[in-house]
Amino acid sequence: MQFKSMIISNVEVSPGYWRMRMTAPPELPAAQPGQFVMVRVNEAIDPLLRRPFGIFDVGIHTPAQTGAAPQPYLEMLYRVVGKATSMLSALHETDLLDILGPLGKGFNLGSPEEEKMIVGGGVGLAPLYLLAKELVKQSSVRLFVGGRTRDDILCITEFERLGVECYVATEDGSLGESGLVTEALIRRLAACDGKPRIFACGPHGMLNAVAGIAAQGGIPCQVSLEGYMACGMGACLGCVTPGHRHSGEAPDYRCVCADGPVFDATELKWEA
Amino acid sequence: MKPDLSVTIAGLELRNPVMTASGTFGYGEEFAEYVDLEAIGAFVTKGLSLKPRAGNPTPRIVETPGGMLNAIGLQNVGIDAFTEKKVPFLRTVATPAIANFFGNTIDEYAEMARRLDAIPEVAGLEVNISCPNVKQGGIVFGTDPRCAFEVVTACREATIKPLIVKLSPNVTDIVSMARACADAGADALSLINTLTGMAIDLDRRRPVLANITGGLSGPAVKPVALRMVWQVAQAVALPIIGIGGIMNARDALEFILVGATAVQVGTASFINPGAAQAIVAGMETWLAENGVGDVKSLIGALEI
Ligand SMILES: Cc1cc2nc3c(=O)[nH]c(=O)nc-3n(C[C@H](O)[C@H](O)[C@H](O)COP(=O)(O)OP(=O)(O)OC[C@H]3O[C@@H](n4cnc5c(N)ncnc54)[C@H](O)[C@@H]3O)c2cc1C
Ligand SMILES: Cc1cc2nc3c(=O)[nH]c(=O)nc-3n(C[C@H](O)[C@H](O)[C@H](O)COP(=O)(O)O)c2cc1C
Ligand code: FES
Repeated sequence: MQFKSMIISNVEVSPGYWRMRMTAPPELPAAQPGQFVMVRVNEAIDPLLRRPFGIFDVGIHTPAQTGAAPQPYLEMLYRVVGKATSMLSALHETDLLDILGPLGKGFNLGSPEEEKMIVGGGVGLAPLYLLAKELVKQSSVRLFVGGRTRDDILCITEFERLGVECYVATEDGSLGESGLVTEALIRRLAACDGKPRIFACGPHGMLNAVAGIAAQGGIPCQVSLEGYMACGMGACLGCVTPGHRHSGEAPDYRCVCADGPVFDATELKWEA
Repeated sequence: MKPDLSVTIAGLELRNPVMTASGTFGYGEEFAEYVDLEAIGAFVTKGLSLKPRAGNPTPRIVETPGGMLNAIGLQNVGIDAFTEKKVPFLRTVATPAIANFFGNTIDEYAEMARRLDAIPEVAGLEVNISCPNVKQGGIVFGTDPRCAFEVVTACREATIKPLIVKLSPNVTDIVSMARACADAGADALSLINTLTGMAIDLDRRRPVLANITGGLSGPAVKPVALRMVWQVAQAVALPIIGIGGIMNARDALEFILVGATAVQVGTASFINPGAAQAIVAGMETWLAENGVGDVKSLIGALEI
């Protein structure tokens, strides 16, 4: 789908991290957790390409004015890193954006008897909120969230409000445990007496570690990846990532936008 | 009255002069949700080779001011998978599909032309002679007129279908390349392919692309493309398909004015998947507003 969307709100939730709510077509709330949108930040040729963002939340917005009709919305959580994201952060209520989506393949939610473990790092939390919202309907859900400092830990109260148990770790110890959040994950996995299932999104190093932990324990694990994207729909082949059979002599590339962004961890090539 | 947008190029009758460019429109199917494929003149598939190709390591693309660099490395499914998995879709669309292809040797080029000639759903062939990995040391087919002549001659012998040759802009004399292709029996020329460029990550002191260099496309290349189309149109009698940085109807009409019979829309489809269709509509509006009844009357109508 391609649609024009009007910004409802755009607020800085933590230094450098923004949350934007905007109007969406009626079909959008059916987006699967893990899918993404491609956003055109302005009409000019700079920045030229659309930028990909995870779908943080979807729902129905009821405007404050009495009598105004409820309106489907889309939310993104984004970090300002460069040109396009700086421009996004300068936009205001009623500004318009051109959006493509929902795109890509989302998370496989698994079965109700499993204990769901969600692992997020920094802005990698973005596609995990909608996931948690779906998962709490059927299973117990735990969130393991890590960051460099307390400023990188986003939206914990929102997750807690869903009934998700949250484990926080920061590298500098400014919030939660000091160190890597994968430590807390390992401890919880050891204590888990049922069947666990892992979902992760964050920096590549973190995903690599999580995939390793899952492989060791034989635990089903899905990861949401990033790739440098031009089209978002499988046409340019710019966004690929190495698949598990990949080697220099026999390359095996998967398209992050169309085959992913969510992959089963066993499908991908990880560093040892 | 509605302006007449139809053109004939390389023996292909097109309902309008707007095509999509190879490598920017997948195999057509990817865009079916966003474009009425029957509203555009033709579409060109991703460059095909005899064997599937995996392409280059990542990062493969990076944005630059007004453009993008890509070093995809001609990743494609190969001719067998194309025939089996992609051709059935082409059958469902009443718009000519042009197959873009390349080889590592002259024999491979000829073999590809033969294989594509046998596929009824392929309306025309576009030979890419600008690929960087060929046997005779580098991009020799696309930069040496004698090699271009040989490869086009071999393809010409292998197909009776419309044969379009796509030229690389990375040459000092585009006209001599165009002449060589015309002499070898090409039916039309496409120009331009991407311009070799680089992007640098200063903080890491490294090139951004894993391949170090990549091909520049998008609005930044339009002036170069216009110049090359204009020069070739002056010197060679073959019809030309203008490509390079076309984002809207005005850009497309500029190419027609300097001598192109048709155009291809590349990078613009990434930004707006319906770009080619929007360009057709915008062209029709411009012609109507300017009292031009037939787009063919604009071909090469530049006043100097
Ligand atoms: C499927 C997917 C979902 C994403 N979801 C989110 C999200 O929910 N929230 C969020 O903050 N970010 C997300 N990203 C990353 C986001 O797309 C980039 O941060 C953004 O494109 C940077 O744009 P920029 O112009 O500000 O930065 P630029 O000035 O272009 O570049 C700054 C830095 O960002 C990196 N970058 C640029 N473009 C991309 C890209 N397309 N993909 C990855 N890295 C890029 C560059 O390598 C560079 O280091 C996602 C990326 C993908 C592929
Ligand atoms: C990602 C990408 C892949 C491309 N792949 C091919 C290809 O396989 N064969 C080819 O002849 N040209 C290929 N091209 C070149 C385009 O067809 C076109 O000539 C070029 O992008 C210039 O047009 P534009 O500025 O409108 O994009 C590719 C371009 C891009 C951006
Ligand atoms: S972004 Fe173009 S193929 Fe994935």
